[in-house]
Amino acid sequence: METFSIDTIEKLSPKDFSSGMDVKWCPGCGDYSILKQVQTIFPDLGIPKEKFVFISGIGCSSRFTYYMDTYGIHSIHGRAAAIASGVKAANPDLSVWIVSGDGDSFSIGGNHFIHLMRKNFDVNYLVFNNQIYSLTKGQYSPTSEKGKISKSSPFGSIEEPFNPSELALGAKATFVSRTLDRDPKHMQGILKRAYQHKGTSFVEIYQNCPVFNDGTFFAYSDKETKKEAAIFLEHGKPLIFGNNEGKGIRLEGLTPVIVDMNDGKYSANDLWIHDEKDKTKANLISRFFDTAFNEVYFPRPFGVIFTEDRPVYEENMEHQIEELVAKKGKVSLNQILSGKKTWSIL
Amino acid sequence: MDTLRETKEKVTNIKEVDKIVVRFSGDSGDGTQLTGMQFTDTAALEGNDISTFPDYPSEIRAPIGTIAGVSGFQVHFGSTEIYTAGDSFDVIVAMNAAALKVDLSRLKKGGIVIANIQGFDKKNLGLAQYPDGVNPLEDNSLENYIVHKVDVTGHTKECLVDSGLGMKDVERCKNMFVLGLLFWKFDKPLDNTIKFIQEKFGNKPEIAEANIKVLKAGWNYGDSAEIFTTQFKIAPAKLPAGTYRNITGNHATAIGLLAASEKSGLPLFLGSYPITPATDILHELSKYKANGVKTLQAEDEIAAICSSIGASYTGSLAVTTTSGPGMSLKTEALGLAVMLELPLLIINVQRGGPSTGLPTKTEQSDLLMAMHGRHGEAPLPVIAASSPSDCFDTIFEACKIAVEHMTPVIVLSDGYIANGSEPWRFPTEDELTEIKVKFLIEPNGKEGSLLPYKRDEHFVRPWIKPGTKGLEHRIGGLEKENETGNVSYEAKNHELMTRLRADKVNSIQDFIPLAKIDNGNKNAKLVVLGWGSTYGSIKTAVKELIAEGFNVAHIHLRYINPLPKNLGELLYGYEKVLIPEMNNGQLLQLIRAEFLIPATGFSKVQGLPFTTAELKERIIRTI
Repeated sequence: METFSIDTIEKLSPKDFSSGMDVKWCPGCGDYSILKQVQTIFPDLGIPKEKFVFISGIGCSSRFTYYMDTYGIHSIHGRAAAIASGVKAANPDLSVWIVSGDGDSFSIGGNHFIHLMRKNFDVNYLVFNNQIYSLTKGQYSPTSEKGKISKSSPFGSIEEPFNPSELALGAKATFVSRTLDRDPKHMQGILKRAYQHKGTSFVEIYQNCPVFNDGTFFAYSDKETKKEAAIFLEHGKPLIFGNNEGKGIRLEGLTPVIVDMNDGKYSANDLWIHDEKDKTKANLISRFFDTAFNEVYFPRPFGVIFTEDRPVYEENMEHQIEELVAKKGKVSLNQILSGKKTWSIL
Repeated sequence: MDTLRETKEKVTNIKEVDKIVVRFSGDSGDGTQLTGMQFTDTAALEGNDISTFPDYPSEIRAPIGTIAGVSGFQVHFGSTEIYTAGDSFDVIVAMNAAALKVDLSRLKKGGIVIANIQGFDKKNLGLAQYPDGVNPLEDNSLENYIVHKVDVTGHTKECLVDSGLGMKDVERCKNMFVLGLLFWKFDKPLDNTIKFIQEKFGNKPEIAEANIKVLKAGWNYGDSAEIFTTQFKIAPAKLPAGTYRNITGNHATAIGLLAASEKSGLPLFLGSYPITPATDILHELSKYKANGVKTLQAEDEIAAICSSIGASYTGSLAVTTTSGPGMSLKTEALGLAVMLELPLLIINVQRGGPSTGLPTKTEQSDLLMAMHGRHGEAPLPVIAASSPSDCFDTIFEACKIAVEHMTPVIVLSDGYIANGSEPWRFPTEDELTEIKVKFLIEPNGKEGSLLPYKRDEHFVRPWIKPGTKGLEHRIGGLEKENETGNVSYEAKNHELMTRLRADKVNSIQDFIPLAKIDNGNKNAKLVVLGWGSTYGSIKTAVKELIAEGFNVAHIHLRYINPLPKNLGELLYGYEKVLIPEMNNGQLLQLIRAEFLIPATGFSKVQGLPFTTAELKERIIRTI
């Protein structure tokens, strides 16, 4: 990979990443926050503006591409991952960012999503999850909760939703994380981690749709409820949450258990210490979603759930080419044209 | 083997013939395709003109001995120019009863049957559904033919009795006995196949040795057995001077892409999902990693074209390969490629459809899909290859058009020419034209502004690689404002952009050659207008009819969108226009609509190419 020394790169500001186009999301849409956080962290990543490429699909989220002053394709529904794989394979030198929504990624683009995770291109995959189809004006999505009342499910959705982080882990993602629109600092941190991770970085962003699904995630950001409803993961730190940090999570065998930190029985040393590299534990944490352990539901986890180092697709591809070039050498076009067996007619 | 020679005191007649059609036929596990290809290679190396037609079932190993499991390989070779794999056979090599049953109806009267008698035992006769007690080799039903009953399996076993190989490995050598026998029959040398065996089994010397031994035994058997009294000699063909190789359509396609990559200086990227009969292109290109070729086996047909669009965006020569069902899946992304105006090659190796249809059989039924199978007004160039070696030229030209005119291009091939082979007088690197590529590297608008959709005089927009400093911009599937490329829903602008995209494709007419008459003259009474793989059949039929005194002509189309400028003028000169197609009349519709002429069609949708005889008959009837 090409490297850039700091002094050759002009210092950029968040404004440099704004395309100047009118942003047309609804007032109060969570997408504004995501755009802001991306534009905020980009100048600090230390790569020239022309190396960034955004590939998006279809949906409110996917208009994102038009608002970034970088290279980009606003493509077709569900196919951003597939297009991005070609971009990255053909030119590994580019910093590729996929922007997609819950319908775009998990419904129409589900196949591309899982295969991108498995193949592990070094790209960043942001899913703006608002648990609803917004651009088509309010149908339930593959992440909507069962029973969801929407225009296409007036009597309640009868479908089980995907749990995106569990899906990503099952698809062999090498970086699985969750953040939310109403916590700018947390999102900036996760976006930076995603950029730093070499491999496909999956970032699920809970995003409020004020028009069709207002307040779905407020429990995870409102002061009164946040501490009980959410748990913020940090590598090497114990799993503590609740008002006044009054609750902890212990792992008893393979079962997570919530314990009271104020009854004198447990200290932080007795708790489950978050280890991003432990896939078994990551699988359990990802299920702090709609799984009850001993009839107890767990707080929703935010942060880096799992990460691992695994060779990336485009480098494997380049290495194979380099090895073969060294071993066999390039075949000349004339050799290719003639093949090995020829005959002449005079 | 030499013991066979000692007793030999037979007289062999040598007969000189112009051309011969041999049909190798057996179980799909019998190695029929390999035997046929080896025979073809040697015939080609000996200077014969050739045309081949592999005809196999879609099952990898269909039930042994059944009619459904018969795999055929037809080779037509001669000392005169050959354009088709032949209507009927001079020789059938039948490895079992089912093979004979399938192919006998197309054996010429007086033709030769070489039958492996162990394939005609009670069990095999039953599997081939001959009535109880009936054996065609024994009941005089073949009295109009010359029948050689050969114990191929027995001789092979006998030959390898001391080899130490297991029964399975021994059985696998029996196709080499047949091949050796055929080489004797047509007076061809064994060296090429011996070399092939040595290379193929380089790390299994005992298998190589066994195969070579059996091959030689087959040759010696022909040379010594009393039943073979005639050897055929086919002189080298009088082809134009030059150096030749044998090539299949899919192989020529792959080479065409490699050549276009080299001549354009663009890295080659193939996004593909395996599908019969297009997969060999992926196989072939995957071998060229040392030339920097990137092949990405995508998760599905949609990802195959989408990854190619992504690669094209970064400045690669991007290609996706497929067949009918895959083509259907790619159509949404094709719309995007048209809208983005990026170069892209979509190669459709057609097969019998709709749906899974006849996966291993040929058809030309995707022409109208190629022309119109997209949402919205989405014109793009469509060009078709007419023979195995013509796939090279067609692909090369398609790449040139895609890159120089910033457009996706659909190339139509089909199962017949993709798998069929013929001698190819290949070009050298220097003989190939350059493909001009220019990436925009600085702003092209006023005051340093960028206009990604500003067009040149041929309506072509610039190609801009991500990574180019100062030219950051967004493109997408939404309608664009003229020149700036910004999103625009303005009514008149959409109409303008729709027209500009069409004008760009139409203006390619100025860059393609005029249509020319392949055979006959422009005052003939009837012209046969063809496209794609029907070339060989039509050429042969028209040539023979002209020789017989009929006033007919042949025009063959490579460029279907846009059509050559002079085509209308040419067609108006004929009283009658006949369009034979392996579909229900698709080019016919296009030609009638474009030129308002009362052309008539001749359809065949049997998964098989036209025979010369049926074409001649129809032409005579139409005149």
